[in-house]
Amino acid sequence: MTRRLPRPVVAFTALCFVFLHLPVLVLAVFSFNHSRYSVRWTGFSLEWYRLLLERQDILAALRVSLTVGTVSTLVSTVLGTMVALALARHRFRGRTLLEGLLYLPIVTPEIVVGISLLLLFATLRIGLGIPTIVVAHIAFSVSFVAVVVRARLEGMDRTLEEAALTLGANEVETFRRVTLPLLLPGIVAGALLAFTMSIDDFVITFFVSGPGSTTLPVLIYSMARRTIEPTINAVSTILVVATTVPIYFFDRLTRVRQPREGAA
Amino acid sequence: MTAARRLLAGLNRQPRLVAAALLAPGTLWLLVFFFVPIAVVLAYSFMTRGVYGGVTRGFTLEHYRRFMDPLYLTVLRRTVVLATSCTVACLVAGYPVAYVIARAGRWKNLLLFLVVVPLWTSFLVRTYAMIFLLRDTGFINSVLVALGLIREPLVLLYTPGAVLAGLVYGYLPLMVLPIYVSLEKLDPTLLEAAEVLGARPAARFWRITLPLSAPGVVAGAMLVFIPALGAFLTPDLLGGAKQMMIGTLVQNQFGAARNWPFGSASSFILMAVVLVAVLGYLRLRERSPMEVVG
Repeated sequence: MTRRLPRPVVAFTALCFVFLHLPVLVLAVFSFNHSRYSVRWTGFSLEWYRLLLERQDILAALRVSLTVGTVSTLVSTVLGTMVALALARHRFRGRTLLEGLLYLPIVTPEIVVGISLLLLFATLRIGLGIPTIVVAHIAFSVSFVAVVVRARLEGMDRTLEEAALTLGANEVETFRRVTLPLLLPGIVAGALLAFTMSIDDFVITFFVSGPGSTTLPVLIYSMARRTIEPTINAVSTILVVATTVPIYFFDRLTRVRQPREGAA
Repeated sequence: MTAARRLLAGLNRQPRLVAAALLAPGTLWLLVFFFVPIAVVLAYSFMTRGVYGGVTRGFTLEHYRRFMDPLYLTVLRRTVVLATSCTVACLVAGYPVAYVIARAGRWKNLLLFLVVVPLWTSFLVRTYAMIFLLRDTGFINSVLVALGLIREPLVLLYTPGAVLAGLVYGYLPLMVLPIYVSLEKLDPTLLEAAEVLGARPAARFWRITLPLSAPGVVAGAMLVFIPALGAFLTPDLLGGAKQMMIGTLVQNQFGAARNWPFGSASSFILMAVVLVAVLGYLRLRERSPMEVVG
Protein backbone atom coordinates (compact mmCIF):
# COMPACT_ATOMS: atom_id res chain seq x y z
CA MET A 1 0.00 0.00 0.00
CA THR A 2 2.96 2.35 -0.11
CA ARG A 3 1.92 3.51 -3.54
CA ARG A 4 3.24 6.96 -4.40
CA LEU A 5 0.77 9.76 -4.05
CA PRO A 6 0.04 11.82 -7.18
CA ARG A 7 2.19 14.97 -7.21
CA PRO A 8 -0.66 17.48 -7.73
CA VAL A 9 -2.53 16.03 -4.75
CA VAL A 10 0.53 16.44 -2.53
CA ALA A 11 1.13 19.98 -3.77
CA PHE A 12 -2.50 20.90 -3.16
CA THR A 13 -2.32 19.45 0.35
CA ALA A 14 0.81 21.48 1.07
CA LEU A 15 -1.09 24.61 -0.03
CA CYS A 16 -3.92 23.76 2.35
CA PHE A 17 -1.46 23.47 5.23
CA VAL A 18 -0.03 26.88 4.32
CA PHE A 19 -3.58 28.29 4.29
CA LEU A 20 -4.25 26.76 7.73
CA HIS A 21 -1.13 28.13 9.38
CA LEU A 22 0.03 31.22 7.51
CA PRO A 23 -2.39 33.75 9.04
CA VAL A 24 -1.52 33.06 12.68
CA LEU A 25 2.19 32.75 11.85
CA VAL A 26 2.19 36.15 10.09
CA LEU A 27 0.28 37.60 13.03
CA ALA A 28 2.81 36.22 15.51
CA VAL A 29 5.84 37.30 13.47
CA PHE A 30 4.58 40.87 13.24
CA SER A 31 4.07 41.03 17.01
CA PHE A 32 7.88 41.25 17.08
CA ASN A 33 8.05 43.94 14.42
CA HIS A 34 9.58 47.26 15.35
CA SER A 35 7.26 49.43 13.25
CA ARG A 36 3.90 50.40 14.61
CA TYR A 37 1.99 51.18 11.44
CA SER A 38 3.40 49.25 8.59
CA VAL A 39 3.39 45.58 7.81
CA ARG A 40 6.87 46.08 6.45
CA TRP A 41 9.49 44.40 8.60
CA THR A 42 11.62 47.09 10.24
CA GLY A 43 13.50 45.04 12.78
CA PHE A 44 13.02 42.78 15.76
CA SER A 45 11.51 44.32 18.87
CA LEU A 46 9.92 43.20 22.13
CA GLU A 47 8.44 46.68 22.52
CA TRP A 48 4.82 45.52 22.19
CA TYR A 49 5.24 42.82 24.81
CA ARG A 50 6.82 45.33 27.15
CA LEU A 51 3.89 47.70 26.55
CA LEU A 52 1.48 44.91 27.51
CA LEU A 53 2.83 45.01 31.05
CA GLU A 54 1.85 48.65 31.30
CA ARG A 55 -1.67 48.14 30.03
CA GLN A 56 -3.85 47.81 33.12
CA ASP A 57 -6.90 46.78 31.07
CA ILE A 58 -5.04 43.85 29.52
CA LEU A 59 -3.63 42.68 32.83
CA ALA A 60 -7.08 42.95 34.44
CA ALA A 61 -8.63 40.95 31.58
CA LEU A 62 -5.95 38.30 31.96
CA ARG A 63 -6.76 38.01 35.67
CA VAL A 64 -10.48 37.63 34.91
CA SER A 65 -9.78 34.98 32.25
CA LEU A 66 -7.56 32.95 34.58
CA THR A 67 -10.02 33.18 37.48
CA VAL A 68 -12.96 32.13 35.32
CA GLY A 69 -10.91 29.38 33.66
CA THR A 70 -9.72 27.89 36.94
CA VAL A 71 -13.06 27.90 38.76
CA SER A 72 -15.13 26.70 35.81
CA THR A 73 -12.60 23.95 35.01
CA LEU A 74 -12.65 22.61 38.59
CA VAL A 75 -16.44 22.51 38.79
CA SER A 76 -17.12 21.20 35.28
CA THR A 77 -14.47 18.48 35.61
CA VAL A 78 -16.05 17.13 38.80
CA LEU A 79 -19.62 17.34 37.45
CA GLY A 80 -18.71 15.96 34.02
CA THR A 81 -16.76 13.03 35.48
CA MET A 82 -19.69 12.13 37.73
CA VAL A 83 -22.09 12.17 34.79
CA ALA A 84 -19.67 10.02 32.74
CA LEU A 85 -19.37 7.47 35.57
CA ALA A 86 -23.14 7.23 35.90
CA LEU A 87 -23.61 6.80 32.16
CA ALA A 88 -20.88 4.21 31.74
CA ARG A 89 -21.42 2.17 34.89
CA HIS A 90 -25.13 2.30 35.64
CA ARG A 91 -28.20 1.21 33.80
CA PHE A 92 -31.23 3.38 34.46
CA ARG A 93 -34.36 4.49 32.73
CA GLY A 94 -33.92 7.41 30.35
CA ARG A 95 -30.18 6.75 29.92
CA THR A 96 -30.24 6.98 26.11
CA LEU A 97 -32.35 10.12 26.29
CA LEU A 98 -29.91 11.68 28.73
CA GLU A 99 -26.99 10.82 26.47
CA GLY A 100 -28.75 12.52 23.56
CA LEU A 101 -29.46 15.59 25.69
CA LEU A 102 -25.81 15.68 26.75
CA TYR A 103 -24.82 16.24 23.11
CA LEU A 104 -27.27 19.13 22.64
CA PRO A 105 -25.05 21.82 24.18
CA ILE A 106 -22.29 20.65 21.83
CA VAL A 107 -24.33 21.19 18.63
CA THR A 108 -26.28 24.28 19.70
CA PRO A 109 -24.90 27.44 18.05
CA GLU A 110 -22.82 29.36 20.58
CA ILE A 111 -24.66 32.57 19.89
CA VAL A 112 -27.94 30.95 20.93
CA VAL A 113 -26.36 29.67 24.16
CA GLY A 114 -25.00 33.16 24.81
CA ILE A 115 -28.22 35.09 24.33
CA SER A 116 -30.26 32.45 26.18
CA LEU A 117 -28.10 32.87 29.28
CA LEU A 118 -28.27 36.64 28.91
CA LEU A 119 -32.08 36.42 28.88
CA LEU A 120 -32.08 34.07 31.87
CA PHE A 121 -29.92 36.41 33.94
CA ALA A 122 -31.94 39.43 32.82
CA THR A 123 -35.21 37.71 33.72
CA LEU A 124 -33.89 36.76 37.15
CA ARG A 125 -32.42 40.26 37.52
CA ILE A 126 -28.94 38.88 38.16
CA GLY A 127 -26.18 41.40 37.40
CA LEU A 128 -23.56 40.32 34.88
CA GLY A 129 -20.05 39.71 36.17
CA ILE A 130 -17.48 37.05 36.88
CA PRO A 131 -20.01 34.69 38.54
CA THR A 132 -22.31 34.71 35.48
CA ILE A 133 -19.34 33.99 33.17
CA VAL A 134 -18.27 31.09 35.40
CA VAL A 135 -21.80 29.66 35.40
CA ALA A 136 -21.98 29.89 31.59
CA HIS A 137 -18.57 28.27 31.08
CA ILE A 138 -19.47 25.38 33.37
CA ALA A 139 -22.70 24.90 31.42
CA PHE A 140 -20.90 24.39 28.11
CA SER A 141 -17.92 22.48 29.55
CA VAL A 142 -19.77 19.77 31.47
CA SER A 143 -20.88 17.99 28.29
CA PHE A 144 -17.40 18.05 26.77
CA VAL A 145 -15.78 16.71 29.96
CA ALA A 146 -18.44 13.99 30.23
CA VAL A 147 -17.86 12.89 26.62
CA VAL A 148 -14.06 12.76 27.03
CA VAL A 149 -14.13 10.89 30.37
CA ARG A 150 -16.79 8.56 29.06
CA ALA A 151 -14.57 7.63 26.11
CA ARG A 152 -11.79 6.75 28.55
CA LEU A 153 -14.18 4.63 30.65
CA GLU A 154 -15.29 2.71 27.56
CA GLY A 155 -11.71 1.77 26.75
CA MET A 156 -10.91 0.66 30.30
CA ASP A 157 -10.29 -2.95 31.24
CA ARG A 158 -13.03 -3.87 33.69
CA THR A 159 -11.35 -7.08 34.75
CA LEU A 160 -8.91 -5.04 36.87
CA GLU A 161 -11.76 -3.76 39.00
CA GLU A 162 -13.27 -7.23 39.18
CA ALA A 163 -9.92 -8.58 40.31
CA ALA A 164 -9.71 -5.98 43.08
CA LEU A 165 -13.21 -6.88 44.25
CA THR A 166 -12.42 -10.59 44.17
CA LEU A 167 -9.28 -9.99 46.18
CA GLY A 168 -11.33 -8.49 48.99
CA ALA A 169 -11.33 -4.75 48.34
CA ASN A 170 -14.71 -3.12 48.86
CA GLU A 171 -16.32 -0.87 46.26
CA VAL A 172 -14.96 2.33 47.72
CA GLU A 173 -11.39 1.03 47.90
CA THR A 174 -11.68 -0.38 44.42
CA PHE A 175 -12.85 2.97 43.09
CA ARG A 176 -10.19 4.94 44.90
CA ARG A 177 -7.24 2.66 44.21
CA VAL A 178 -8.08 1.06 40.86
CA THR A 179 -10.76 2.95 38.92
CA LEU A 180 -9.66 6.48 39.74
CA PRO A 181 -5.94 6.06 38.89
CA LEU A 182 -6.87 4.36 35.61
CA LEU A 183 -9.35 7.09 34.82
CA LEU A 184 -7.05 9.96 35.73
CA PRO A 185 -5.61 10.63 32.24
CA GLY A 186 -9.19 10.96 30.95
CA ILE A 187 -10.11 13.34 33.75
CA VAL A 188 -6.99 15.45 33.23
CA ALA A 189 -7.68 15.53 29.48
CA GLY A 190 -11.25 16.66 30.16
CA ALA A 191 -9.98 19.37 32.50
CA LEU A 192 -7.44 20.64 29.95
CA LEU A 193 -10.17 20.77 27.32
CA ALA A 194 -12.49 22.67 29.66
CA PHE A 195 -9.74 25.12 30.58
CA THR A 196 -8.79 25.80 26.98
CA MET A 197 -12.39 26.30 25.96
CA SER A 198 -12.94 28.68 28.85
CA ILE A 199 -9.83 30.75 28.08
CA ASP A 200 -10.73 30.83 24.36
CA ASP A 201 -14.44 31.42 24.52
CA PHE A 202 -15.59 34.68 23.08
CA VAL A 203 -19.15 34.39 21.77
CA ILE A 204 -20.87 33.16 24.94
CA THR A 205 -18.74 35.28 27.27
CA PHE A 206 -19.50 38.38 25.19
CA PHE A 207 -23.17 38.16 26.24
CA VAL A 208 -22.73 37.28 29.91
CA SER A 209 -19.86 39.56 30.92
CA GLY A 210 -20.41 42.90 32.58
CA PRO A 211 -18.46 46.16 32.48
CA GLY A 212 -16.02 45.09 35.21
CA SER A 213 -15.55 41.53 34.04
CA THR A 214 -13.92 41.70 30.61
CA THR A 215 -12.08 38.52 29.66
CA LEU A 216 -9.06 38.51 27.38
CA PRO A 217 -10.97 37.44 24.21
CA VAL A 218 -13.69 40.05 24.86
CA LEU A 219 -10.99 42.70 25.22
CA ILE A 220 -9.17 41.58 22.07
CA TYR A 221 -12.49 41.74 20.19
CA SER A 222 -13.18 45.31 21.23
CA MET A 223 -9.60 46.30 20.43
CA ALA A 224 -9.72 44.57 17.03
CA ARG A 225 -12.93 46.39 16.12
CA ARG A 226 -11.48 49.77 16.94
CA THR A 227 -7.99 49.67 15.55
CA ILE A 228 -5.12 47.58 14.35
CA GLU A 229 -2.16 47.84 16.67
CA PRO A 230 0.80 45.56 17.35
CA THR A 231 -0.24 45.10 21.00
CA ILE A 232 -3.20 43.05 19.72
CA ASN A 233 -0.75 40.85 17.84
CA ALA A 234 1.32 40.45 20.99
CA VAL A 235 -1.59 39.59 23.27
CA SER A 236 -3.01 37.24 20.61
CA THR A 237 0.30 35.46 20.32
CA ILE A 238 0.36 34.95 24.09
CA LEU A 239 -3.20 33.59 23.98
CA VAL A 240 -2.31 31.16 21.18
CA VAL A 241 0.72 29.85 23.04
CA ALA A 242 -1.24 29.62 26.31
CA THR A 243 -3.94 27.48 24.72
CA THR A 244 -1.79 25.36 22.41
CA VAL A 245 0.41 24.06 25.22
CA PRO A 246 -2.45 22.46 27.23
CA ILE A 247 -3.81 20.98 24.01
CA TYR A 248 -0.49 19.35 23.25
CA PHE A 249 -0.81 17.50 26.56
CA PHE A 250 -4.49 16.80 25.93
CA ASP A 251 -3.50 15.16 22.66
CA ARG A 252 -0.91 12.99 24.36
CA LEU A 253 -3.28 11.95 27.13
CA THR A 254 -6.16 10.96 24.88
CA ARG A 255 -4.10 9.11 22.30
CA VAL A 256 -5.35 5.60 22.99
CA ARG A 257 -2.75 2.96 22.34
CA GLN A 258 -4.54 0.54 20.16
CA PRO A 259 -3.06 -2.63 18.79
CA ARG A 260 -2.62 -2.01 15.08
CA GLU A 261 -5.29 -3.71 13.11
CA GLY A 262 -3.53 -6.09 10.79
CA ALA A 263 -4.58 -6.31 7.18
CA ALA A 264 -6.58 -9.40 7.92
CA MET B 1 -13.79 8.75 58.08
CA THR B 2 -14.82 5.18 58.80
CA ALA B 3 -18.40 6.31 59.26
CA ALA B 4 -18.27 8.05 55.90
CA ARG B 5 -16.79 4.93 54.37
CA ARG B 6 -19.47 2.74 55.83
CA LEU B 7 -22.05 5.12 54.46
CA LEU B 8 -20.45 4.98 51.02
CA ALA B 9 -20.17 1.21 51.15
CA GLY B 10 -23.83 1.07 52.13
CA LEU B 11 -24.69 3.36 49.24
CA ASN B 12 -22.87 1.09 46.87
CA ARG B 13 -25.38 -1.60 47.62
CA GLN B 14 -27.98 0.85 46.28
CA PRO B 15 -26.81 1.31 42.69
CA ARG B 16 -29.83 3.40 41.80
CA LEU B 17 -29.08 5.88 44.55
CA VAL B 18 -25.46 6.06 43.48
CA ALA B 19 -26.42 6.67 39.87
CA ALA B 20 -28.84 9.39 40.93
CA ALA B 21 -26.22 11.02 43.15
CA LEU B 22 -23.66 10.98 40.36
CA LEU B 23 -26.05 12.38 37.79
CA ALA B 24 -27.90 14.97 39.85
CA PRO B 25 -25.40 17.86 40.01
CA GLY B 26 -24.35 17.76 36.34
CA THR B 27 -27.81 17.27 34.90
CA LEU B 28 -29.30 19.87 37.22
CA TRP B 29 -26.68 22.36 36.06
CA LEU B 30 -27.47 21.62 32.42
CA LEU B 31 -31.18 21.85 33.14
CA VAL B 32 -30.98 25.23 34.87
CA PHE B 33 -28.27 26.85 32.75
CA PHE B 34 -28.89 25.28 29.36
CA PHE B 35 -32.42 23.98 28.88
CA VAL B 36 -34.27 26.56 30.99
CA PRO B 37 -32.52 29.47 29.18
CA ILE B 38 -33.51 27.99 25.81
CA ALA B 39 -37.11 27.86 27.07
CA VAL B 40 -36.77 31.49 28.14
CA VAL B 41 -35.67 32.41 24.60
CA LEU B 42 -38.72 30.62 23.22
CA ALA B 43 -40.95 32.53 25.62
CA TYR B 44 -39.36 35.88 24.70
CA SER B 45 -39.86 35.18 21.00
CA PHE B 46 -43.64 35.36 21.55
CA MET B 47 -43.62 38.50 23.70
CA THR B 48 -44.04 42.12 22.67
CA ARG B 49 -41.20 44.56 22.74
CA GLY B 50 -41.59 47.10 25.53
CA VAL B 51 -40.97 50.83 25.34
CA TYR B 52 -37.46 50.83 26.81
CA GLY B 53 -36.21 47.75 25.07
CA GLY B 54 -37.66 45.38 27.62
CA VAL B 55 -40.64 43.12 27.01
CA THR B 56 -44.27 43.00 27.98
CA ARG B 57 -46.18 39.81 28.56
CA GLY B 58 -48.63 38.47 26.06
CA PHE B 59 -48.56 36.21 23.06
CA THR B 60 -47.77 37.35 19.55
CA LEU B 61 -46.41 35.84 16.36
CA GLU B 62 -45.36 39.24 15.01
CA HIS B 63 -41.62 38.54 15.32
CA TYR B 64 -41.79 35.36 13.29
CA ARG B 65 -43.97 37.18 10.76
CA ARG B 66 -41.46 40.02 10.65
CA PHE B 67 -38.70 37.54 9.78
CA MET B 68 -40.62 36.73 6.58
CA ASP B 69 -39.78 40.23 5.33
CA PRO B 70 -37.50 40.03 2.23
CA LEU B 71 -34.87 41.95 4.20
CA TYR B 72 -34.48 39.12 6.71
CA LEU B 73 -35.13 36.32 4.24
CA THR B 74 -32.08 37.62 2.36
CA VAL B 75 -30.06 37.21 5.55
CA LEU B 76 -31.40 33.66 5.92
CA ARG B 77 -30.61 32.85 2.28
CA ARG B 78 -27.12 34.32 2.57
CA THR B 79 -26.52 32.26 5.72
CA VAL B 80 -27.56 29.00 4.05
CA VAL B 81 -25.63 29.81 0.85
CA LEU B 82 -22.44 30.74 2.73
CA ALA B 83 -22.66 27.71 5.03
CA THR B 84 -23.24 25.43 2.02
CA SER B 85 -20.39 26.99 0.00
CA CYS B 86 -18.13 26.69 3.03
CA THR B 87 -19.03 23.01 3.39
CA VAL B 88 -18.38 22.31 -0.30
CA ALA B 89 -15.09 24.22 -0.24
CA CYS B 90 -13.99 22.39 2.92
CA LEU B 91 -14.85 19.08 1.26
CA VAL B 92 -12.91 19.88 -1.90
CA ALA B 93 -9.89 21.04 0.11
CA GLY B 94 -10.23 18.61 2.99
CA TYR B 95 -10.59 15.34 1.12
CA PRO B 96 -7.16 15.43 -0.57
CA VAL B 97 -5.59 16.54 2.73
CA ALA B 98 -7.18 13.61 4.59
CA TYR B 99 -6.17 11.25 1.78
CA VAL B 100 -2.55 12.35 1.92
CA ILE B 101 -2.43 12.10 5.73
CA ALA B 102 -3.93 8.60 5.68
CA ARG B 103 -1.06 7.49 3.44
CA ALA B 104 1.68 9.64 4.90
CA GLY B 105 3.43 6.79 6.73
CA ARG B 106 5.80 8.15 9.35
CA TRP B 107 4.68 11.73 8.74
CA LYS B 108 1.13 10.86 9.73
CA ASN B 109 1.25 11.97 13.38
CA LEU B 110 2.95 15.26 12.62
CA LEU B 111 0.46 16.11 9.85
CA LEU B 112 -2.47 15.17 12.08
CA PHE B 113 -1.08 17.42 14.79
CA LEU B 114 -0.81 20.27 12.26
CA VAL B 115 -4.49 19.78 11.39
CA VAL B 116 -5.57 19.74 15.04
CA VAL B 117 -3.55 22.76 16.24
CA PRO B 118 -5.66 25.43 14.45
CA LEU B 119 -8.76 23.89 15.97
CA TRP B 120 -7.40 24.72 19.40
CA THR B 121 -6.11 28.14 18.52
CA SER B 122 -8.52 30.81 19.67
CA PHE B 123 -11.12 31.31 16.93
CA LEU B 124 -11.10 35.03 17.65
CA VAL B 125 -7.34 35.27 17.21
CA ARG B 126 -7.54 33.31 13.95
CA THR B 127 -10.26 35.62 12.64
CA TYR B 128 -8.21 38.64 13.65
CA ALA B 129 -5.25 37.11 11.84
CA MET B 130 -7.41 37.05 8.70
CA ILE B 131 -8.10 40.79 9.07
CA PHE B 132 -4.38 41.35 9.40
CA LEU B 133 -3.89 39.50 6.12
CA LEU B 134 -6.82 40.86 4.11
CA ARG B 135 -7.24 44.54 4.94
CA ASP B 136 -6.19 47.27 2.49
CA THR B 137 -2.84 47.80 4.18
CA GLY B 138 -2.64 44.15 5.19
CA PHE B 139 -0.05 41.51 4.52
CA ILE B 140 -1.40 40.23 1.18
CA ASN B 141 -1.83 43.70 -0.34
CA SER B 142 1.60 44.80 0.90
CA VAL B 143 3.26 41.76 -0.62
CA LEU B 144 1.43 42.21 -3.93
CA VAL B 145 2.33 45.90 -4.07
CA ALA B 146 5.95 45.19 -3.14
CA LEU B 147 6.13 42.61 -5.92
CA GLY B 148 4.76 45.18 -8.33
CA LEU B 149 1.79 43.02 -9.25
CA ILE B 150 -0.76 45.67 -8.28
CA ARG B 151 -0.64 49.42 -7.74
CA GLU B 152 -3.77 50.02 -5.74
CA PRO B 153 -4.59 47.65 -2.86
CA LEU B 154 -7.30 45.15 -3.69
CA VAL B 155 -10.50 45.31 -1.66
CA LEU B 156 -10.40 41.96 0.08
CA LEU B 157 -11.94 42.65 3.47
CA TYR B 158 -15.70 43.15 3.99
CA THR B 159 -16.59 41.06 0.95
CA PRO B 160 -18.53 37.78 0.68
CA GLY B 161 -15.24 36.19 -0.35
CA ALA B 162 -13.61 37.29 2.90
CA VAL B 163 -16.42 35.72 4.93
CA LEU B 164 -16.21 32.50 2.94
CA ALA B 165 -12.42 32.38 3.29
CA GLY B 166 -12.76 33.01 7.02
CA LEU B 167 -15.34 30.23 7.42
CA VAL B 168 -13.26 27.71 5.44
CA TYR B 169 -10.16 28.74 7.37
CA GLY B 170 -12.05 28.25 10.61
CA TYR B 171 -13.69 24.90 9.94
CA LEU B 172 -11.44 23.03 7.48
CA PRO B 173 -9.89 20.82 10.21
CA LEU B 174 -13.39 19.62 11.20
CA MET B 175 -13.77 18.22 7.67
CA VAL B 176 -10.32 16.63 7.46
CA LEU B 177 -10.48 14.65 10.70
CA PRO B 178 -13.58 12.43 10.12
CA ILE B 179 -12.60 11.79 6.47
CA TYR B 180 -9.14 10.80 7.65
CA VAL B 181 -10.68 8.38 10.18
CA SER B 182 -12.82 6.65 7.56
CA LEU B 183 -9.93 6.43 5.05
CA GLU B 184 -7.75 4.98 7.77
CA LYS B 185 -10.29 2.25 8.45
CA LEU B 186 -10.55 1.33 4.76
CA ASP B 187 -9.48 -2.25 4.16
CA PRO B 188 -6.55 -2.11 1.68
CA THR B 189 -7.25 -5.64 0.43
CA LEU B 190 -10.38 -4.31 -1.29
CA LEU B 191 -8.20 -2.01 -3.40
CA GLU B 192 -5.77 -4.82 -4.12
CA ALA B 193 -8.63 -7.04 -5.21
CA ALA B 194 -9.89 -4.32 -7.53
CA GLU B 195 -6.42 -3.88 -9.00
CA VAL B 196 -6.04 -7.61 -9.57
CA LEU B 197 -9.40 -7.58 -11.29
CA GLY B 198 -8.15 -4.88 -13.64
CA ALA B 199 -9.60 -1.64 -12.22
CA ARG B 200 -7.59 1.45 -13.11
CA PRO B 201 -6.53 3.90 -10.35
CA ALA B 202 -9.35 6.34 -11.17
CA ALA B 203 -11.93 3.56 -11.08
CA ARG B 204 -10.53 2.26 -7.80
CA PHE B 205 -10.87 5.72 -6.29
CA TRP B 206 -14.36 6.53 -7.55
CA ARG B 207 -15.85 3.08 -7.00
CA ILE B 208 -14.15 1.92 -3.80
CA THR B 209 -12.28 4.58 -1.86
CA LEU B 210 -14.82 7.36 -2.23
CA PRO B 211 -17.98 5.34 -1.44
CA LEU B 212 -16.31 3.69 1.55
CA SER B 213 -15.21 7.03 2.96
CA ALA B 214 -18.72 8.45 2.54
CA PRO B 215 -19.50 8.23 6.30
CA GLY B 216 -16.49 10.43 7.00
CA VAL B 217 -17.55 12.89 4.31
CA VAL B 218 -21.08 13.08 5.70
CA ALA B 219 -19.86 13.50 9.28
CA GLY B 220 -17.35 16.16 8.21
CA ALA B 221 -20.00 18.01 6.23
CA MET B 222 -22.18 18.08 9.34
CA LEU B 223 -19.36 19.25 11.61
CA VAL B 224 -18.65 22.14 9.22
CA PHE B 225 -22.19 23.03 8.19
CA ILE B 226 -23.67 23.42 11.70
CA PRO B 227 -21.17 25.90 13.15
CA ALA B 228 -21.05 27.74 9.80
CA LEU B 229 -24.82 28.28 10.03
CA GLY B 230 -24.47 29.83 13.46
CA ALA B 231 -21.29 31.78 12.68
CA PHE B 232 -21.17 35.18 14.28
CA LEU B 233 -17.55 36.26 14.63
CA THR B 234 -16.54 35.61 11.02
CA PRO B 235 -19.30 37.63 9.29
CA ASP B 236 -19.05 40.27 12.00
CA LEU B 237 -15.31 40.90 11.70
CA LEU B 238 -14.65 39.97 8.06
CA GLY B 239 -17.97 40.80 6.42
CA GLY B 240 -18.98 44.11 7.92
CA ALA B 241 -22.55 45.36 7.81
CA LYS B 242 -23.28 44.22 4.26
CA GLN B 243 -22.55 40.54 4.77
CA MET B 244 -24.92 39.91 7.65
CA MET B 245 -25.65 36.30 8.57
CA ILE B 246 -28.28 35.09 11.08
CA GLY B 247 -25.64 35.04 13.83
CA THR B 248 -24.85 38.72 13.31
CA LEU B 249 -28.56 39.53 13.02
CA VAL B 250 -29.22 37.91 16.41
CA GLN B 251 -26.29 39.74 17.96
CA ASN B 252 -27.55 43.05 16.58
CA GLN B 253 -30.96 42.55 18.12
CA PHE B 254 -29.40 41.98 21.52
CA GLY B 255 -26.89 44.77 21.04
CA ALA B 256 -27.55 47.99 19.15
CA ALA B 257 -31.13 47.30 18.01
CA ARG B 258 -32.16 46.08 21.46
CA ASN B 259 -35.14 44.10 20.22
CA TRP B 260 -34.93 41.00 22.38
CA PRO B 261 -38.16 39.34 21.21
CA PHE B 262 -37.17 39.62 17.54
CA GLY B 263 -33.64 38.44 18.38
CA SER B 264 -35.15 35.47 20.21
CA ALA B 265 -37.39 34.60 17.26
CA SER B 266 -34.38 34.86 14.91
CA SER B 267 -32.36 32.49 17.08
CA PHE B 268 -35.20 30.00 17.07
CA ILE B 269 -35.28 30.14 13.29
CA LEU B 270 -31.53 29.51 13.33
CA MET B 271 -32.06 26.54 15.66
CA ALA B 272 -34.77 25.20 13.35
CA VAL B 273 -32.36 25.30 10.38
CA VAL B 274 -29.70 23.53 12.48
CA LEU B 275 -32.25 20.91 13.54
CA VAL B 276 -33.19 20.23 9.90
CA ALA B 277 -29.49 19.78 9.13
CA VAL B 278 -29.02 17.35 12.05
CA LEU B 279 -32.07 15.31 11.02
CA GLY B 280 -30.79 15.21 7.44
CA TYR B 281 -27.45 13.97 8.74
CA LEU B 282 -29.07 11.21 10.82
CA ARG B 283 -31.02 10.00 7.77
CA LEU B 284 -27.91 10.01 5.59
CA ARG B 285 -25.97 8.13 8.24
CA GLU B 286 -28.61 5.41 8.33
CA ARG B 287 -28.03 4.77 4.65
CA SER B 288 -24.24 4.90 4.84
CA PRO B 289 -22.57 2.06 2.91
CA MET B 290 -20.26 1.33 5.85
CA GLU B 291 -22.89 -0.87 7.45
CA VAL B 292 -23.36 -2.83 4.26
CA VAL B 293 -19.68 -3.59 3.80
CA GLY B 294 -18.42 -3.62 7.38
